[in-house]
Amino acid sequence: MEVLTPRSLDDALRLKAELPAARFVQGGTDVLVELNFDRSRPAALINLNEVAELRGFLRENGALVLGSGLTYAELMQPELATALPALAEASRTVGSPQIRNRGTIGGNLGTASPAGDALPPLLVESAQVEIASVRGRRALPLAEFLVGPKRNALEPDELVVSIRISPSGSRQTFMKVGPRNAMVIAVCSLALSVDRERGELRAAFGSAGPVTGLVTAPLDEAERFPAAVAAAASPIDDVRGTAAYRRHALRVLTGRALERCLA
Amino acid sequence: MPRLRISLTINGEPRETDVWGGESLLYALRERLDLPGSKNACEQGECGSCSVLLDGVLVCSCLVLAAQADSHEVTTVEGLGAADDLHRVQEAFVAAGAVQCGFCTPGLVVATADLLERVPAPSDDEIREALSGNLCRCTGYQKIFDAVRLAAGIDA
Ligand SMILES: Cc1cc2nc3c(=O)[nH]c(=O)nc-3n(C[C@H](O)[C@H](O)[C@H](O)COP(=O)(O)OP(=O)(O)OC[C@H]3O[C@@H](n4cnc5c(N)ncnc54)[C@H](O)[C@@H]3O)c2cc1C
Ligand code: FES
Ligand code: FES
Repeated sequence: MEVLTPRSLDDALRLKAELPAARFVQGGTDVLVELNFDRSRPAALINLNEVAELRGFLRENGALVLGSGLTYAELMQPELATALPALAEASRTVGSPQIRNRGTIGGNLGTASPAGDALPPLLVESAQVEIASVRGRRALPLAEFLVGPKRNALEPDELVVSIRISPSGSRQTFMKVGPRNAMVIAVCSLALSVDRERGELRAAFGSAGPVTGLVTAPLDEAERFPAAVAAAASPIDDVRGTAAYRRHALRVLTGRALERCLA
Repeated sequence: MPRLRISLTINGEPRETDVWGGESLLYALRERLDLPGSKNACEQGECGSCSVLLDGVLVCSCLVLAAQADSHEVTTVEGLGAADDLHRVQEAFVAAGAVQCGFCTPGLVVATADLLERVPAPSDDEIREALSGNLCRCTGYQKIFDAVRLAAGIDA
């Protein structure tokens, strides 16, 4: 298996166009598990660690542009945690310090698991996914980027460059149900915001449907919102929990999150 | 079937080796670079026994491609202290009786050294959080906590 290490975004895009079957590796926390257990054997790997354009974040006319190579540890730092508090809370629940030091939002989008913890907070904040290939650039709302369980809208020659958000500044929070506080794949998860400017309640759930789902309601429907979120989910029974438990947990989490954000 | 040449700095020394593209840094350390201190228990990031510092950042070496470490700096448990010159964290693990089978110990020592570097006097919650990616089947963690407090010079 070949490993190619581009030093610039242009080089990365050119390599992917030449070798569409190659797999990107950023933090490797999903890809290496697959390689170690021989679950996949891609023709080649494209190591993104040396592509400086994917790292860090910048501010542009009030918007935040998060590089796809931002790690969970970086999302927890004060400047980003202040602007995107639910995303920082979600990042704190990911894996362990070792995983948060390596795992990235770009990788979470690449894997597009319904349990991906970065996804509900990004969805609540109406994130746009900025995509590039040798053919050019495009942007997709996250909801359109997530097309199915572990499936995203990327074409074989495309790469996620960044995620653009105009922080709402609203009260928001993230909650996750699992057997312990570290190293858990969510049984179900919830990001919620009370957006007074738009007059809207916004909630996104993880691990309770084929993709992360968004539910919105007018501010004055807070009382009915927990039931609405539970009803919008389409959970399944699996090793981590039953569909009925997940629906119940979402109702409870939504109630608690509302209490936190309306206080 | 080694295919790729990598050069990196390990424990302060320049090293070179051939690796296969899909191989982890953990495998390269243990099988090619004669550094078996980092342990292989799960190969999926769950246990922390393979913990090393990559450019000073705590990572699971089983989840880093050997090829990704090319031109970078790695510190393994061997780089923290030698048998005749133990790191204060290693000394504390011995003194506190925090080692039973010892399989988790190298990872815990590296993770603890990393914690104390950033937070010299951690609270119990900070210790719990910092070591949440390191599993031990033997000790029940009490003695490990004692060792961390001892290394930090905190009275329990
Ligand atoms: C022990 C352990 C615990 C974990 N706990 C959690 C958890 O609590 N919550 C959670 O959500 N996840 C968890 N994960 C999963 C994983 O850490 C996350 O999905 C992480 O965000 C992946 O990022 P990465 O950079 O490591 O991805 P990689 O493994 O490098 O890549 C993942 C996928 O994304 C693709 N990719 C990477 N970057 C790009 C890009 N820029 N453009 C296009 N495609 C790209 C890759 O080709 C690959 O398909 C855990 C994993 C482990 C091993
Ligand atoms: S062997 Fe790497 S975390 Fe278990
Ligand atoms: S001492 Fe045996 S696993 Fe920790």
